[in-house]
Amino acid sequence: MNEMTKVDAGHSVEIRHLDLQFGAVEVLKDLNLDIHEGEFLVLLGSSGCGKSTLLNCIAGLLEVTAGQIIIKGKNVTWAEPSERGIGMVFQSYALYPQMTVKGNLSFGLKNARVPKAEIEKRVARAAEILQIEPLLDRKPGALSGGQRQRVAIGRALVRDVDVFLFDEPLSNLDAKLRAELRVELKRLHNQLENTMIYVTHDQVEAMTLADRIAIMRGGKIMQLGSPDEIYNRPQNRYVADFIGSPSMNFIDGRLEGGVFTSGELRLPMEGYEYAAPQVSDGPATIGIRPEHVVTGELAASAPVQTEVLVELVEPMGSDTLVYTELAGERFRIRMDGQAVVHAGDRLPIGLVPAKASMFDKSSEVRL
Amino acid sequence: MANPATLASTFAAKQPVHDRLDDGPHGPRPKRSFSRANIFLYGTLALVSIYYLLPLYVMLVTSVKGMPEIRMGNVFAPPMEVTFEPWVKAWAEACTGVNCDGLSRGFWNSVRILIPSVLLSITIALISGYALSKWKFKGSETFFTILIIGAFIPYQVMLYPIVIMLRDTGGFLTDIWQATCGVFTSAEGSCRGRIQLFGSLSGLVIVHSIFGMPILVLLFRNYFASIPDELFKAARVDGAGFWGILFRIMLPMSMPILVVAMILQVTGIWNDFLFGVVYTRAEQYPMTVQLNNIVNSVQGVKEYNVNMAATLLTGLVPLTIYFFSGKLFVRGIAAGAVKG
Repeated sequence: MNEMTKVDAGHSVEIRHLDLQFGAVEVLKDLNLDIHEGEFLVLLGSSGCGKSTLLNCIAGLLEVTAGQIIIKGKNVTWAEPSERGIGMVFQSYALYPQMTVKGNLSFGLKNARVPKAEIEKRVARAAEILQIEPLLDRKPGALSGGQRQRVAIGRALVRDVDVFLFDEPLSNLDAKLRAELRVELKRLHNQLENTMIYVTHDQVEAMTLADRIAIMRGGKIMQLGSPDEIYNRPQNRYVADFIGSPSMNFIDGRLEGGVFTSGELRLPMEGYEYAAPQVSDGPATIGIRPEHVVTGELAASAPVQTEVLVELVEPMGSDTLVYTELAGERFRIRMDGQAVVHAGDRLPIGLVPAKASMFDKSSEVRL
Repeated sequence: MANPATLASTFAAKQPVHDRLDDGPHGPRPKRSFSRANIFLYGTLALVSIYYLLPLYVMLVTSVKGMPEIRMGNVFAPPMEVTFEPWVKAWAEACTGVNCDGLSRGFWNSVRILIPSVLLSITIALISGYALSKWKFKGSETFFTILIIGAFIPYQVMLYPIVIMLRDTGGFLTDIWQATCGVFTSAEGSCRGRIQLFGSLSGLVIVHSIFGMPILVLLFRNYFASIPDELFKAARVDGAGFWGILFRIMLPMSMPILVVAMILQVTGIWNDFLFGVVYTRAEQYPMTVQLNNIVNSVQGVKEYNVNMAATLLTGLVPLTIYFFSGKLFVRGIAAGAVKG
């Protein structure tokens, strides 16, 4: 990381018009992505969206059909994985079972014919950063899941790479350990300031770790933006639906003269930031996050007030999920954990149009 | 915390277990050793064992009896007088139609065939299986299918074509050798030598290696396919190439399957009779052919004790191998089970 002087905030990884086909199946299609120096980029999507495939292309483990991959200003489209300045961490850790932790860490360096003293130095440093010094002489079989993943990260660390690639590195760990390692990864990124590309299907990991998130679907990037943008201003209905748990409530209706109507429901869209300066009237879908519904005493002061019938209550400790119906659609509300609500109650709620998201009904693009 | 529940449990833990329990069933359920299922199971096992061990017993007993004792006709009777002369004779003196140096000649021939065949076939199959599972290329599946089909073609069909191929390849190599030999040496007469594949041990080694290919490649390919791809990818990111990954990552993990392949090849090649008798000459016959010739040569009296000893001697190599590696063998077969 000595060469990693941050003189320019230039691009670390550039992907230009990338195509990948497996036989007749197009997995990636005309994909463009610029990743900044020192950025933590998360590729997020459900399985089969092409996120791992894209990572494998960047790593050089898959041959691309068309397009270019540029890492640190060098065109590496045809380069071997080891020549790209990348380190990769896999979901299954992929530690070499017959080697000790030390052997695992130094394998790549030996292949690169790094002098022995230098190998010792770098292994010691990585072990210190990851706190795995006492484990150096153990075999991977004698390590716990969390320790194994640390070693796997160390294997990328010792090679002094420009870009770290993570392929769902925490998916094999139990929930508690996952949360711990997530924090550690973030700390590591702050410490190393390397570019990191991280594939996951877990939106919590994406939201907490990322500088920017790229949400992928069917080999295309649906939206690229900061966690805040992705959460608050989803560019299309897919992204809006994908991010957030429980997911966003959608109500189909019409937008006319700045007012969204659906059956009984009338929402004057005051304070809503339209994506385009000119919005024509027509069929639209409004999305309201369960946590953006105002309840209790504050409901009365919200711009739009209505009342819903409680169907089902799911107490979750920290908060309570309330299942209701609004304008003929299923409508979920997230309330405080202390809230006292019972099925069959009539619940007064307040809606804030400024916090909602509106989409064109047919194109599903944000209005 | 003086919680009554915790108190009760700490108190109970200090007492012997049975004090805390009511009368009636507790603890592990007692098992009856003479249940009907057990009698049936062990009875069957014992019966089958006797069935298989009886011939071995007869052979062993007969091989240490003298001829007069054998003539008395008591096949199952233990020997009255133990003699190892038949074993010595079988090893060093028994006659075939051609020579009279017993099995020893065949044994050494077999060893000379076995070692290069096993090494060659396992090496080639290891590399092929590795390439076919981890470095898939266009048409690699087709190639593999063709190879597997080879395993289903009866040997008899290929017997004669291989005779011709070995003969012609030998002739072809001889031609090349004689044409290029002058480049390397100018010594008079040094280029007269012929390369003979048919009717030589090297020819037989090649045949054994080729015929071992389908099953061995299948074995190795499936074993390597069961090694996670991510491990292979990690090694590539770490800068290891085709051979680096094979020797430093895959091979150290391949002990079980190597043992299986070795057992398959050693027993298969050692027990081979057909190729041995077809592709070699009389003085190069492997042990099995030599055994057959000793047992079947009719010169005067049939020496049953010598025949038995010779047969046991021939079977000794596979027997030893199974005896020492039985456990590894089962483990390896399970590891190489058909996958992907």
